[in-house]
Amino acid sequence: MERPLTQYIQANKPPMNLSEYEKVGGYKALHKALKEMKPQEVQKLVLDSNLKGRGGAGFSTGTKWSLIPMGENAPAEKYFICNADEMEPGTFKDRLLLEGNPHQLIEGIIISAYAIQANKGFIFLRWAYKKAADVILKSISEAYSAGYIGNNILGTGFNFNLYLHRSVGRYICGEETALLNALEGKRAIPRAKPPYPNISGLFGKPTTMNSVETLSFIPHIVNNGATWFKDLSITGEGGTKIYGVSGKVKNPGAWELPLGTTIREIIFEHAGGMKNGFTLKGFLPGGASTDFLTEEHLDVNMDYASLGKVGSRLGTGTMIILDDKTCPVGMVHNLEHFFAQESCGWCTPCREGLPWVEKILFSLEEGTGRMEDIDLLLFHAKHLAPGRTFCALAPGAVEPLQSSLKYFRDDYIKHIHDKRCPWR
Amino acid sequence: MLTKEEQKDIEEELKVVPYKKAATTEALKIIQKHRGWVSDEAVKDIAEFLAITPDEVDGVATFHSLIFRREVGKHVILLCDSVCCYILGYRQILVQLHKKLNIQFGETTTDGKFTLLPISCLGTCDHAPAMMIDNDLHQDLTPEKIDSILEKYP
Amino acid sequence: MINIIIDDKEYTVTPQKSLLEVCLSLGLNLPYFCWHPAMGSVGACRQCGVKSYKDEKDTKGRIVMACMEPVREGMRIGVFEDEAREFRAGVSEWLMANHPHDCPVCDEGGECHLQDMTVMNGHAYRRFHFKKRTYRNQYLGPFVNHEMNRCIHCYRCVRFYRGYAGGRDFNNFASRNHVYFGRHEDGVLQNEFSGNLVEVCPTGVFTDKTLKKHYTRKWDFTSAPSICTHCGLGCNVIAGERYGSLRRIRSRYNGEVNGYFICNRGRYGYEFVNHEKRIKKILIRNTLGDLEETDKETVMMHAAQLFSARAAVIGIGSPRASLESNFTLQKLVGKSNYFQGVSGREAELMNTILGILRKGPARSPSLKDIEKADAVLVIGEDVTNTAPMLALALRQSVRQKPLEKIKAMNVPEWQDAAVREAMQQEKGPFYIASCNETNLDDIATKTFHGSPDDIARLGFEVAAHLSATAPRVSNQVSEMPALAEEIATALKEAKRPLVVSGISSLSTEMIHAAANVAWALCGSGKRAELSFIMPEANSLGTSMLGGKSLDDAFEAAVRGRAETVVVLENDLYRRTAKDTVDKFLDTCKNVIVLDYLKNETTAKADVIIPVGTFIESDGTFVNNEGRAQRYYQVYLPSDPNLMESWRWLGEMIGQVKENSKPSMNNFADFTNALVDSYPEFEDIKEITPPPDFRIAGEKIPRQPHRYSGRTAMLANIHVSEPKPPEDPDSPLSFTMEGYRNEPPSSIIPFYWSPGWNSVQSINKYQIEVGGSLHGGDPGKRLIEPDPKSNYKYFTDIPEAFKIRDNEFLTVPVYHIYGSEEMSNLAPGIASLIPKPYAAMNPDDAGKLKVKKGDEINLIMIDQSYRLPVEIKREIPKGILGIPVGLPGTPHYVLPAWCKISGNKT
Ligand SMILES: Cc1cc2nc3c(=O)[nH]c(=O)nc-3n(C[C@H](O)[C@H](O)[C@H](O)COP(=O)(O)O)c2cc1C
Ligand code: SF4
Ligand code: FES
Repeated sequence: MERPLTQYIQANKPPMNLSEYEKVGGYKALHKALKEMKPQEVQKLVLDSNLKGRGGAGFSTGTKWSLIPMGENAPAEKYFICNADEMEPGTFKDRLLLEGNPHQLIEGIIISAYAIQANKGFIFLRWAYKKAADVILKSISEAYSAGYIGNNILGTGFNFNLYLHRSVGRYICGEETALLNALEGKRAIPRAKPPYPNISGLFGKPTTMNSVETLSFIPHIVNNGATWFKDLSITGEGGTKIYGVSGKVKNPGAWELPLGTTIREIIFEHAGGMKNGFTLKGFLPGGASTDFLTEEHLDVNMDYASLGKVGSRLGTGTMIILDDKTCPVGMVHNLEHFFAQESCGWCTPCREGLPWVEKILFSLEEGTGRMEDIDLLLFHAKHLAPGRTFCALAPGAVEPLQSSLKYFRDDYIKHIHDKRCPWR
Repeated sequence: MLTKEEQKDIEEELKVVPYKKAATTEALKIIQKHRGWVSDEAVKDIAEFLAITPDEVDGVATFHSLIFRREVGKHVILLCDSVCCYILGYRQILVQLHKKLNIQFGETTTDGKFTLLPISCLGTCDHAPAMMIDNDLHQDLTPEKIDSILEKYP
Repeated sequence: MINIIIDDKEYTVTPQKSLLEVCLSLGLNLPYFCWHPAMGSVGACRQCGVKSYKDEKDTKGRIVMACMEPVREGMRIGVFEDEAREFRAGVSEWLMANHPHDCPVCDEGGECHLQDMTVMNGHAYRRFHFKKRTYRNQYLGPFVNHEMNRCIHCYRCVRFYRGYAGGRDFNNFASRNHVYFGRHEDGVLQNEFSGNLVEVCPTGVFTDKTLKKHYTRKWDFTSAPSICTHCGLGCNVIAGERYGSLRRIRSRYNGEVNGYFICNRGRYGYEFVNHEKRIKKILIRNTLGDLEETDKETVMMHAAQLFSARAAVIGIGSPRASLESNFTLQKLVGKSNYFQGVSGREAELMNTILGILRKGPARSPSLKDIEKADAVLVIGEDVTNTAPMLALALRQSVRQKPLEKIKAMNVPEWQDAAVREAMQQEKGPFYIASCNETNLDDIATKTFHGSPDDIARLGFEVAAHLSATAPRVSNQVSEMPALAEEIATALKEAKRPLVVSGISSLSTEMIHAAANVAWALCGSGKRAELSFIMPEANSLGTSMLGGKSLDDAFEAAVRGRAETVVVLENDLYRRTAKDTVDKFLDTCKNVIVLDYLKNETTAKADVIIPVGTFIESDGTFVNNEGRAQRYYQVYLPSDPNLMESWRWLGEMIGQVKENSKPSMNNFADFTNALVDSYPEFEDIKEITPPPDFRIAGEKIPRQPHRYSGRTAMLANIHVSEPKPPEDPDSPLSFTMEGYRNEPPSSIIPFYWSPGWNSVQSINKYQIEVGGSLHGGDPGKRLIEPDPKSNYKYFTDIPEAFKIRDNEFLTVPVYHIYGSEEMSNLAPGIASLIPKPYAAMNPDDAGKLKVKKGDEINLIMIDQSYRLPVEIKREIPKGILGIPVGLPGTPHYVLPAWCKISGNKT
């Protein structure tokens, strides 16, 4: 089985430095792209590969790139941004790539910047990733000295400077337009779309943004082609995926597997199944902002389409397992506490609705819940929907809520009837 | 007054952005790196240095949870309270920290050594529960481990 | 026009607007919060959610925010269907979750947008049963009260204060449901337009602090449309009275003039009307030399004696009095004995400006036009302090040029946040030449600081770059030529270039230079506009009436032609040096003063006649644009002797010349007589419907239908309810009876529409939201440019400024709080008036060996002043900036040369 992204990552070992990376074929793709391909050809290749964003929304990367103004009349300044904020609870897959193979990411960024003809780039890194920051800074400076970043890269006339920006800890900064405001030194409030960042992005200039995992694929696609990439996946959506599992499983962690691997295989083979004494009650397949699934879904393929069909999302592809000894209401309360706290405060439903949800869930846990609270929770689940809130934070926040009301409704009712949390 | 060193660090950031105001977040981080937190005075100093108003600096400072606008202890303990750490029992760690330091979330020990704050997900969910003290990540916590960890911070 | 379908009905609407604007313009009651017609959309509150359907086959639809959707041909929308309504009611419920619901004790109650929208959404029962969030409030200065718990986080305040008005000492702080709107720390809001927060805020977070002291609910006011009297722009206001005192001023919408806003001087200067210095009685000096109260008959008889056939009577008018009052005075004393109430220098400047506006090719723009200018040159004005709302318009104008680019990216102008993000720091060309720093320097492309003469030279040079026939400046010094060329290029490239100047530096050359620039642009086929700033509410109107100046009146007195002088609403001591006025008033045997406040001139009067302020009067002012605007009496004072000046003067004419049978009785008679004598004013007859105008046989009520307490409020004085006063001068009634629907645009006494109690009801009065009022915006322009004008460029280029050895050129420095006579009497404004000072360049301070705060003596126009030093880098060497109009600084004409003696204390 091919594991392009992680093949050279070894646990507890420092990542490859520049020459080690070059020895295994690193920066070959950069040479190829810059010297042999026109920017639009790189764009086309990525479009053909069917690569979809691994940052949560799953938007086609090639399509995103094709929307950037190109050619004579395009603005002279454009930006390319790598979203390495990764702040969603339960998500730790980009960390693997950032700490494990920074040059792979940097090469991907330079090629991508070339594809859209951006001359300046930022890696927007989650504040907590201190180790990643160190290796990225080191790798950037190596890449500078090797002439992979800077002016006239590889003698092609292409200029690109890359900077590391470290966040100051707000989940919303990962939302692509909020990230732009954060980079501009402003309050990280999301921006209205349209205009999309490809038209008016960082500092008002055309900007493209992709996440770490997405970009790490780029050198491999350039080296091996679109068909190779598509063939990596099981269900034809293209590529591998880094899946993660956390919660009370024997072997929590993250693994690169073909996109479309079944949930059962991920939980029971790679994560080793449930810890002794715990059984699986449900799980969030794609991170904190996806809908719960349960045992009946174990044979679903973990990919965009299959998860969509059963009412959830691939999201970031990192599962959080709910076991039978953990209160689902408590877990949802914990999630909603997070989302309420991380709301940027811009739009009403999220700012006022999520704290309300949090309070209700807390009261249920404390044994002071009322039957009508169920309706209130449903009311919020219904109205904190995409388009009704300003950005995707709140709709994401109510995904676990609404699905828990579907799958664990009895547990909610029991809290109300018993006037206490049955798990306490 | 910003120190020479702080000024130099901010100048360095100004090179990356098209206008001064865009370095607000960076300036706040720099001050915090040097002083541990950002006082009202510091907000005014940053404002002056960037030719903006304290209101503008503070609008950004108070938005971000990791800019400390109140004085913190010598070491800041950030205990993850997000979902995986919840499932794997961060509360027990909290209880242990409370026992040991006699502080709750948001408080600083009387000797000014530790401040305890909740933090959302540290991105190490496969090693939950976890906490960060200063720049160090501590994973797979158990109440028993707390004592020896705290000892590393004089 | 395009067609869209709303709730299965087809409508033809204006393209390129947001769906919310379109719905509101169609009269549909679609609730909103964060959107504001002057500030556009940001999509924060989510209150305006409607259902949008892809096409006819789409039965599910999805909720979208109307304020964020551009209307498109064929669009299918559901506004009032269940799901949309349920969502909107949900937004109300969320907003009310933490709102204290303290309406009974909230100043906003009864005119609260939040109340209106909550009712409109049908949200009546709150399910939130947890503890509410609370905040701490801040002290924000004398004007604006802060009550954060009422906040619904619509972000309008911060968008207005920072984005629209350019203020920077106010912001939003924190995040999630802790977001806070206020200042970094307690303190006076620095922005000159901060008072608009009380109207911009949809609830009671920001309320009028001055109103609080004599609080009245909106429905209990007697109000009338009025015109602000605190500068020459003529912003439209609504004035509200209760129990015989003026209690607040609000902005009155005029799409061409002030739009939705007014400045703090205009909003808070009103308290002079209630000041203890108000003249309430007719006073006459007795044989002992004391003023004693008298009655109307006596004073009329007295006047008749003084004005007998061959007596030497002169009249002194006033730029703060109405056209009608000035005209009637002219009629009373005869045209040749009437003098404009301004110094010779000011009169001359005003005449020059009139000539330029009447005969030149450049048009004087309205404030709305100014907002649309895409390149601006300001010559010698500190606009924020001399014409505040014009500065606010200029702040919008610098967005025009970058906006063009953004529109080309398919971002509609009303997408406010998106536009600002795309625009970043970019600004259109905006140049300021002034003697001192100005509050607009932050948006200026470049500033030039020089003496008035050097500023004029720069202007002349710009014109020379624009037209080969305009005169060139010789003996160039410093960086001026390059700058002039840069400015000329920017103006030439613009579609709507604008030149702003005015009389505040009392420099004819500056005015000429401004005209040359604008004309040169017109000459090259540009639509160039030329705006002159005037100091007082009726400066332009009174100069249109003509007449000699105050200096000539002093002459006349010396020559014995002024035994009796009638001074109309004018404190002569603010016009020229004290000695001169003293001498003049001493020379005149009889000094009759009509005024509303005691001042130095009334102290010298032999007869004082109490007259109405703008609140107790009807009248017409002509603003700096040349727009004649009418203001209406708000309430009838209980004292029948407190009449409009024109009525007093009219009665005197009757007494003196018409055998007690006055021919002019109501206001219309006066305007008609004015028009008969001055055809240029013809159009003022059309500004407003005549007094006998009725709709369905009814007058327009000054009081809302919920006006309370009429039968009880005076019961302590009279058991029986008094007969309602009558208004012979306008179609407005003083009571709550009358026509309930929308009145003509010029006589809207207050905004209200069923379901819309807040100011946002203005939407209902506009043809399209944010556009003109139904029937057109009030006022009539009296002066239009002559496109075929045979103008000749002015050639009086002054010599470059030469620093003198032992003298300084003092130039006037204006302050929004302090330089204007009446507003200074309002306690809030008074508390913000700076202490007098003399500002100088650091080099000069070095030479004089003085530092900030040291006191210096200076002798200027034979008067000496002792002032503390202020150091200002922007002031050129050899020049002193002296604030004018403040207590303790000269009111009258600067620049002048002065000597400094006895440095330091
Ligand atoms: C609230 C919120 C937080 C997000 N956080 C992240 C993040 O931390 N990292 C990330 O890559 N994408 C995050 N996203 C998704 C980004 O908005 C964006 O879709 C993504 O970075 C695009 O990259 P991709 O196309 O490579 O997936 C977040 C989205 C939302 C709404
Ligand atoms: S949904 Fe609204 S309040 Fe929540 S994070 Fe997005 S924009 Fe901010
Ligand atoms: S008015 Fe449309 S979202 Fe606020």
